[in-house]
Amino acid sequence: MIQADTTAAKRAADIPEVHILWITAGLSCDGDSVSATAATLPSIEDVVMGNIPGLPKVHLHNPVLSFETGDELMKYWHQADEGTLGPFVLVVEGSIPNEKIKEEGYWAAMGTDPQTGQPITTCQWIDRLAPKALAVVAAGTCATYGGIHAMQGNPTGCMGLADYLGWDWKSKAGLPIVNVPGCPIQPDNFMETLLYLLYQLAGQAPMIPLDKELRPTWLFSMRTVHEGCDRAGYYEQGVFTHEYGRPECLVKIGCWGPVVDCNVTKRGWMDGVGGCPNVGGICIACTMPGFPDKFMPFMDEPMGANVSSTGVMLYGRFIKWMRQHTIRKMNQEPKWRHPGRKLTTGYQPRTYSHAAERSSK
Amino acid sequence: MTTVTTPQREQTRPGGNLVDMSWDPVTRIVGSLGIHTKIDFDNHLVQECYSTSSIFRGYSVFLKGKDPRDAHFITSRICGICGDNHATCSVYAQNMAYGIKTPPLGEWIINLGEAAEYMFDHDIFQDNMVCVDFCEQMVKATNPGVLAKAEKTPAPHADIHGYKTIADIMRAFNPFKGKFYLETLAISRLAREMFCLMEGRHVHPSTLYAGGVGTVPSPQLFSDYLVRLMKYVEFIKRGLPLHEDLFEFWYDALPGYEEVGRRRIQLGCWGAFNDPESVDYRYETMADWGRSMGVTPGVVVDGKLVTTSLVDINVGLRILLGSSFYKDWQDGEVFVEKDPLGNAIDKRHPWNQTTTPQPQKRDFSDRYSWVMSPRWFDQRTGENLALDTGGGPLARLWATALAGFVNHDYIKATGQSVQIYLPKTAQMDEVTFEWKIPKWSNTIERDRARTFFQAYSAASALHFIEQAQKLQRAGETKTWQEFTVPDEAIGCGFHESVRGVLSHHLVIRDGKIANYHPYPPTCWNASPRDSNGTPGPYEDAVQGSPIFEENGPDAFKGVDILRTVRSFDPCLPCGVHMYNGGGKILEVQHNPMTGVPRKP
Repeated sequence: MIQADTTAAKRAADIPEVHILWITAGLSCDGDSVSATAATLPSIEDVVMGNIPGLPKVHLHNPVLSFETGDELMKYWHQADEGTLGPFVLVVEGSIPNEKIKEEGYWAAMGTDPQTGQPITTCQWIDRLAPKALAVVAAGTCATYGGIHAMQGNPTGCMGLADYLGWDWKSKAGLPIVNVPGCPIQPDNFMETLLYLLYQLAGQAPMIPLDKELRPTWLFSMRTVHEGCDRAGYYEQGVFTHEYGRPECLVKIGCWGPVVDCNVTKRGWMDGVGGCPNVGGICIACTMPGFPDKFMPFMDEPMGANVSSTGVMLYGRFIKWMRQHTIRKMNQEPKWRHPGRKLTTGYQPRTYSHAAERSSK
Repeated sequence: MTTVTTPQREQTRPGGNLVDMSWDPVTRIVGSLGIHTKIDFDNHLVQECYSTSSIFRGYSVFLKGKDPRDAHFITSRICGICGDNHATCSVYAQNMAYGIKTPPLGEWIINLGEAAEYMFDHDIFQDNMVCVDFCEQMVKATNPGVLAKAEKTPAPHADIHGYKTIADIMRAFNPFKGKFYLETLAISRLAREMFCLMEGRHVHPSTLYAGGVGTVPSPQLFSDYLVRLMKYVEFIKRGLPLHEDLFEFWYDALPGYEEVGRRRIQLGCWGAFNDPESVDYRYETMADWGRSMGVTPGVVVDGKLVTTSLVDINVGLRILLGSSFYKDWQDGEVFVEKDPLGNAIDKRHPWNQTTTPQPQKRDFSDRYSWVMSPRWFDQRTGENLALDTGGGPLARLWATALAGFVNHDYIKATGQSVQIYLPKTAQMDEVTFEWKIPKWSNTIERDRARTFFQAYSAASALHFIEQAQKLQRAGETKTWQEFTVPDEAIGCGFHESVRGVLSHHLVIRDGKIANYHPYPPTCWNASPRDSNGTPGPYEDAVQGSPIFEENGPDAFKGVDILRTVRSFDPCLPCGVHMYNGGGKILEVQHNPMTGVPRKP
């Protein structure tokens, strides 16, 4: 857990306007930008159009959504580099390639250098802009830890942003790199993190709480996929499916949920709809620094799960048997609910006989 | 224009001033693209165009040696807007390699997921990216004369969509402010919820596997989807006439606009929506089950259907280099000499490809892109055709219409058109839309087809959900088929990604991936000049294209060029920068009807 470093909070108490420079030119698929457009809590237009009180005015510069093209977009990047843009947050999407392993050319680039006519590499942009940004956010597992493109046998030597800048790196405002992993990001997880940072920059929220993998604690450190999973009850009772398409626990067929920090099962994918194991998808641990190699082949039972599920089967099956017995009993109504001339609920008298009343007078 | 000869252009003033102009990055697309051009402002046309991509990741390299069952999880990450198309295509290829088929209900669930993807992706791309080039803010900056005319032009379908004039429609597309822009963003989320119901989450699905899906079928699953689908149907009933009004106005307002982005008709479609009744994933029967797909595969050249056989399509694939940063594999390993039917497989086929990156300086006279150049060998003529996808929908509708195979309660292919039936919804009566084969393969028709395909996808989904509910109600709820991975096998999958043709080619040895090459649509569309010098589709569509923008070189936005590039629905990390290179810039009087070339 990273403690708020109040001495490092050198920014102005509030910032009326802030730019968001979003680099999609890491080794990426743009899936995190696309995912962000799915968010509703808050939505991208809520943040950009000022629909949320207390936020600075936000100018978003993201290539997937930008009205401007080419130089008209790149001018914001150049202004940020020259220090004339104003306060900005840098969002990086995609793995950071290693440009040092080759003699010439580029793995990833954005824009063209007017002097050389060659593309400006993404690494150059990060080197230029990161020191000038108030905050730097890595969006998606590629940018946070390297992700898919950094798997064994990859030709680009790519890595995550913290591997590139250093895990202890701090922005000029004293913020560590903020990692929002996910392949892609869960839409609302990302937008909510951005919202927190905007509140923080506006002087309304303390230092963003991060775990040691630099993930927002309230999203990634409070529970595992398993703890939020709507199939966890099956696990507890030792009921595992061995084929896909069934409602029971998926641990035996490749789900890594019990050991993965992610809230997707609690949050769903879009406002409660979807969420991998809830719908029948094994958790392939896409939010984890060890992704993907430590979890492949994805469809085999994780080694640890074999041990724990064997243990749980002994206890869980007994518990389930006991519960079945209870369920059977609880599925029966109390015996006083019946037709007929007699009231058997325990209320006295048992019949409403006017004759009896009259005779007692 | 053909791919083998340089087009003859009318030169009203030879040696007109050429200005280098580039856009880097091209925005409102997915991925990294740069478009570099030479523009003749005297004659209002683009003389040369180069398309470059500035990202290399190396999927084919790091897939080698991995467990084949992981292929779809990995290849989904190729694309961040249509990852599920890759995952689906990979599952098709794996099914073939493992000799299995998805149980019928699993197949319908995949189709429902893919239909939702088309509904979402075309929606967000068309209205939040493409139509921004037609919005008031843009048109005011590029063609004020057109905007003035639009203010005075009543929208023919105003009673349906509610926007009185064409200018009102343009205002509705202003980014983050326009009413239709915001509505469509919200609808894109609804469609993504539909996707998540079937495949767990959006962009990279979690419920897809070789052999089927992990989605648990229940009455609730289908009703949750159907209720959302009917809202989408209502939306597209208004959206389609709205786009028709806009595009028809464009032809009227700027006579000659049909030449913008026009290419020779050479379209490829690899088919979508497998039919569980006939698909068995065997290569030997692939031509037959391909023809029963819900979107017909086919190659259309000069308006004629050359083939509808996926086997012909597969055998004709050639990956040419020429301008890309890769080493040639002519001396590399041959993985597949003959396909299972005995057809010879070329050295330049994806099955036999070896990817070796060679990063180097960008040089537009030599090598300038990370995109390779896929071509299709036309046996009739011996040409290696730079097929394009028309952005996806144009090729899909064209091939489907000509073939005339698709015929169910909601879609009917007639031989010249595709009829799309949409039933009654909350506020609107039933309607039948008809997409007719257009005269041109150009920018406006690519865009028009996209809206029609949104309706096509919704109508297809209505058919799929009926079939799925029938099975669910009959108790046929199996969605996944068990399998073992063979030691040696080959497989291929053919599918339509949102922006067009997608194929995955897989070779398994010792139970591991020995070779894996995916060919997404943007490889076709954004390809650079190949080893024969044939330009790729973006390059070809932009070269020789007239310029209608009213700005001279100083304030030039290149909107006609960008409309053309975006009409293909680019999907690569790409950029467009703009610089004024050599060449003296003269004062240019704008008159779009001067010297507009007529292509052969």
